[in-house]
Amino acid sequence: MKAAKDKIKKFLSQFFGDRDLQDDEDIFALGFVNSMFAMQLVLFIEKEFEVTIENEDLEFANFRSINSMVSLLERKSTVLARD
Amino acid sequence: MKLELTSQQKDNCSSFRAFVDEEIVPHADRIDREERTPPEIIQKLANKGYLGAILPEDWGGTGMDAIAYGLLNEEIGRGCSSLRCLLTVHSMVAHAILKWGSKFQKEHWLTKLASGDAIAAFALSEPNVGSDAKAVETTATLSGDSYILNGQKKWITYGQIADVFLVFAKWEGKPSAFLVEKNSPGLSIKPILGMLGVRGSMLAELHLNNCQIPQENLVCRQGFGFSHVASSTLDLGRYSVACGCVGIAQACLEACIEYTSKRKQFDVYLKEHQLIRQMITDAIANIKAARLLCYQAGYLKDSGDPKSIMETSIAKYFASTIATKVANDAVQIHGGNGCSSEYPVQRYLRDAKIMEIIEGSTQIQQITIADYGYQEYIFSQNRSSTSQELVART
Ligand SMILES: Cc1cc2nc3c(=O)[nH]c(=O)nc-3n(C[C@H](O)[C@H](O)[C@H](O)COP(=O)(O)OP(=O)(O)OC[C@H]3O[C@@H](n4cnc5c(N)ncnc54)[C@H](O)[C@@H]3O)c2cc1C
Repeated sequence: MKAAKDKIKKFLSQFFGDRDLQDDEDIFALGFVNSMFAMQLVLFIEKEFEVTIENEDLEFANFRSINSMVSLLERKSTVLARD
Repeated sequence: MKLELTSQQKDNCSSFRAFVDEEIVPHADRIDREERTPPEIIQKLANKGYLGAILPEDWGGTGMDAIAYGLLNEEIGRGCSSLRCLLTVHSMVAHAILKWGSKFQKEHWLTKLASGDAIAAFALSEPNVGSDAKAVETTATLSGDSYILNGQKKWITYGQIADVFLVFAKWEGKPSAFLVEKNSPGLSIKPILGMLGVRGSMLAELHLNNCQIPQENLVCRQGFGFSHVASSTLDLGRYSVACGCVGIAQACLEACIEYTSKRKQFDVYLKEHQLIRQMITDAIANIKAARLLCYQAGYLKDSGDPKSIMETSIAKYFASTIATKVANDAVQIHGGNGCSSEYPVQRYLRDAKIMEIIEGSTQIQQITIADYGYQEYIFSQNRSSTSQELVART
């Protein structure tokens, strides 16, 4: 999952300027980015990791930090593997 | 890189064009004048499957890709912007349900929306809330197994005839989205007349006075109504408006080419005057540029690229501003006739101006696009310094 972390970090760094985001850093605590950020994040995750973000995935806790996005992906890929 | 429509897309384009020339263009001035869209024209759109354009075939839709949907919007926009607005808002709601709706909502609504048996409208704006859309004042409270909605929505496109509205309200202070059927108790619908443009788009105000809807009508989840439901929906709306604007500008250009080839002043056709040719040149170049931005946004949408959102905003900004400019020049080129209802260019100008206000005004796009520009710049600076560090280390 190191590769996933790096990809997410690279994507997020577009929005948080020169900040060196830590894996467990709360991105929502860094302030409002813009009204289009949330959807760009959904599209990024869907395209990059070939998953679909659905209603039930929409918990702030799932998108709070790089680590929480990685665990969401891990959970979703186990579900995918099981299906 | 290959910047060319596929043969399938070219075929789509010709059949959309033929439909618009035959079924829409002859009625567009009347729709504008009478401030209403005759139901038989909506039925024709439905029969062609255009109201289900973005819905997959599994739900009875036409399953168009983003490029085909864009071409459809351009062509309908060339004929009648009011009708194009119907396609916009109806598809926005269909998209919201497809992406964020529950299984029940999909089963209940999608096939009806695809066939046009039900018409949908998008209800975000309010008397006190426009550009700052997340500040909606309409409230929702949960009471037993119903939500109770209170507030007022304004400028709702096709609100006079819609069967279902996607309404945004705050539930426990958090922006949320709800489906409200037209016969819901406590909902009253008041027509809005006398608008500057898209006069046939049957706008309405919605008054929600203890409006009661079933609990299963919440779309997505509490708190995600703005960040996810409205923003993904508005992104599709912006794409549709951008392509529709290319259509308006194209209609202006075609009207001007025809007019300047027939009317003479100072013993020559208007097209022989260089100052007229300059306006024609600007129109041609701007239309081509706007169309390419729309194609690029559509291409990125089809590949699910996150960049598609900002590129759509750029396409909408550019296409709507050039549509107003091209339409303004078209009226100028037509002189007195351009100001008369006997020629459609005055309608194009009035409709184009509306496009700079809806789906995020020109100023709101400017703010967002500039932010994006700075973001990209800082990002590429960081990236190049990181790569320089890497180079230095190896
Ligand atoms: C024909 C028509 C159809 C519509 N259909 C729908 C519909 O179907 N559903 C729906 O929900 N809404 C609809 N709307 C409403 C539309 O979305 C709003 O009009 C739009 O969002 C702008 O909001 P406003 O009119 O309240 O203007 P305001 O937000 O009050 O803005 C007024 C002016 O101030 C500018 N401005 C605002 N904020 C800033 C800023 N931060 N910096 C610089 N300038 C700023 C704006 O660009 C604008 O020029 C429709 C409107 C029209 C005219």
